[in-house]
Amino acid sequence: MNQRHIMIFTRFERFWHWSQMLLIMLLLFTGFGLHGFHSLMSFHDAVNWHTYSALALMVLWVFAIFWHFTTGTWRHYLPTTKGLWQVARFYAYGVFKDERHPYRKAYHRKHNPLQALTYLALKLILFPAIWLTGLLYLFYPLWASSSSSGILFWVAAIHIAAAFAIVMFIIVHVYLLTVGHAFSKQLQPMINGFDDVDLTPEEEAYLEKDEPDHID
Amino acid sequence: MSLFRSFPVKLFVIGAITFLMHATMLWASDGTEPDSNMNFRLKPGVDKPTLRKDSNSTADHSKFKQLNKPFDNGSEVTKACLTCHTEAGHQFMQNIHWTWEYNNPKTEQLLGKKHVVNNFCTNARGNEGMCAQCHAGYGWKDETFDFTNQNNIDCVVCHDRTGSYYKIPNSTGNEACSIMFEGKQDIAWDKVAQSVGLPARENCGGCHFFGGGGDGVKHGDLDSSLTHPDKQLDVHMDEQGLNFACTQCHVTQKHLWAGSRYDMVAKDTDGTGKPGERRHVASCESCHSESPHNSQSLSGIKLNNHVEKVACQTCHIPEMARGGVATKVDWDWRTAGKLKNGQGYKDHEYTQGNGEQRATYKSIKGSFKYNENFAPEYHWFNGQMVYTTINTQFDASKAPININMMSGDAADPTARIWPFKKMHTVQPYDKGNNTLVYMHLWGVDDAAFWGNYDYSKAINEGMNKNNLPYSGEFGFIETHSYWPITHMVAPKEDALSCADCHAKTGRLSSLNGVYIPGNTNHKWLDILGLFFVFATLLGVLIHAIIRKFSASPSASKED
Repeated sequence: MNQRHIMIFTRFERFWHWSQMLLIMLLLFTGFGLHGFHSLMSFHDAVNWHTYSALALMVLWVFAIFWHFTTGTWRHYLPTTKGLWQVARFYAYGVFKDERHPYRKAYHRKHNPLQALTYLALKLILFPAIWLTGLLYLFYPLWASSSSSGILFWVAAIHIAAAFAIVMFIIVHVYLLTVGHAFSKQLQPMINGFDDVDLTPEEEAYLEKDEPDHID
Repeated sequence: MSLFRSFPVKLFVIGAITFLMHATMLWASDGTEPDSNMNFRLKPGVDKPTLRKDSNSTADHSKFKQLNKPFDNGSEVTKACLTCHTEAGHQFMQNIHWTWEYNNPKTEQLLGKKHVVNNFCTNARGNEGMCAQCHAGYGWKDETFDFTNQNNIDCVVCHDRTGSYYKIPNSTGNEACSIMFEGKQDIAWDKVAQSVGLPARENCGGCHFFGGGGDGVKHGDLDSSLTHPDKQLDVHMDEQGLNFACTQCHVTQKHLWAGSRYDMVAKDTDGTGKPGERRHVASCESCHSESPHNSQSLSGIKLNNHVEKVACQTCHIPEMARGGVATKVDWDWRTAGKLKNGQGYKDHEYTQGNGEQRATYKSIKGSFKYNENFAPEYHWFNGQMVYTTINTQFDASKAPININMMSGDAADPTARIWPFKKMHTVQPYDKGNNTLVYMHLWGVDDAAFWGNYDYSKAINEGMNKNNLPYSGEFGFIETHSYWPITHMVAPKEDALSCADCHAKTGRLSSLNGVYIPGNTNHKWLDILGLFFVFATLLGVLIHAIIRKFSASPSASKED
């Protein structure tokens, strides 16, 4: 098995990641403003920015979901217990002993098991929770009756709770870029798309023959 | 007058005048000469009638033979009017300006000035000699007034366009009040009769601006500043702009007006109606529709969503009493009756926006507080007011008693959030029967409160002459009354902005039953959320610190 420098995040995936990052930052900033945590932007402008960036993010998600299924990338997020314990143990203990990160990126599996599980939870639970409540919130006048003010309170509560959870994710997500490898080295794949991956001879041969631009 | 031409003499005269003025001022400010004029209609006449250009009348009343003759009194003018306007008398007698009575079909309460108790001068009932100068009729001073005689209708109080017509009390009161309207010019009845036209703001305002006994006293959104308002004060009545008369909104058919506050439309779901239809309601929606904001923009859509739950007035009348005329917000009847040199008096300690002094104490009424340019209170309101009438028994320990209380809550589909002026008063009540009381205020007898200052006699007489039970023992009780705010619509730039409500200390903070983003508290969620976010940060920090100190410097993380 050879370790090669290959393209693992294609252009769309990187575009998706960074535009999503920008939109989420904007949503958090405006959202917590609307929630009353700061008043750096007027309520009026914050509503507009929050709504437009939420709609843009949902459009992006539509494309991303389509992309996941047509390219088969969704398989990267299939949960597995294989290696999960080792990765968890590494973050909790091994990292302090200068141990090597136990996970080796594979061509068909670019995330470590803990990472994949986290992203899966994000995509299946947290994001749907925030956009479903967001949509209910946005289109409140279409479904509300005079007595649904209490429902709106809980819609808002789930929306806000999900926002707090996303902030927690971002903190850990960014921090883990410093663990295992240098921050800049871990950031790079999401910038130019290339990372070191262990390839089987077949994968190597396939890439060199059919996708020469994707392998150094 | 040649004497004045010599300079020293001129100087002496000026000096003497100056000295006298100073002396007079000192004398007055000493309080040795109290102001005993009890006049409480600050502006009984109109300086300059407004122009009403929207009339499409085909008649010039100055050319009518019936009107080209001298009249001795108003009734004669009315008689002349009715010779052509044959149905007007009958029509007019149906309306509340004539009957002063409103039987609310929904609450089954008998209301109208003839019956209600308010927390200003408390009751018109029994004091018609004074109060009925705002009745659109001639001569109602007691129970003998004939409500069936069409000649008793006062046509010109609403239709005079000269601005010279005025009304005086129908009976003389105690001498404490008798100097009111002294020295006014006689009314030129023929001129008034020939000038008639559709009522303009000063016609309606002659009474409605002065409700509660003085300019702007009662409503907070109706006062004499609306006679010649600018756009800042009211976009519709703006004299240089739209110049609306009251009846532009209070649409009139056969002498019946839309928009009485005794039975309001708090949420008009019919909007503008069918194309070309002029709907007979005094609602904003009847002209502006139910989606008045720009539905091409996100903000406009959001604002249009608000219409469902928020009355237009709530955002578009950001403050009340904005025209330089103050409104009363507090009245304490307990202090009434103090005398100086054996006479009633008044203190002027409030200077309102337009520079005029307002009385803060009057022997006949007690002590007052004013306010202007201030935010209303906000409540759910479905258009229905429930009154504490003269017959309502209340629990005095539950004071303040609501003279009127708005109905509706968040769950009521016909209710919206409305602005109100709240009036706080301490007023007499029947301590034995736990009811409000009618006071006998106006009269020449020794029971009339205004002049005799004896509550016991005034209440006893006020109740007796209306055959109402009175325990004989009065006390004072705190009351509130609520006045829906709908006039003084500000230019849209001055409307409330989102953050006026959508903020922790927003205007609707005390309102129940509605979730207001940015205002409604998610206290525990915030505490938990922030706790977990900071715990995550702290965890990450500790993780990083342990990594830094446990790592052997030689080991390379690069694999």
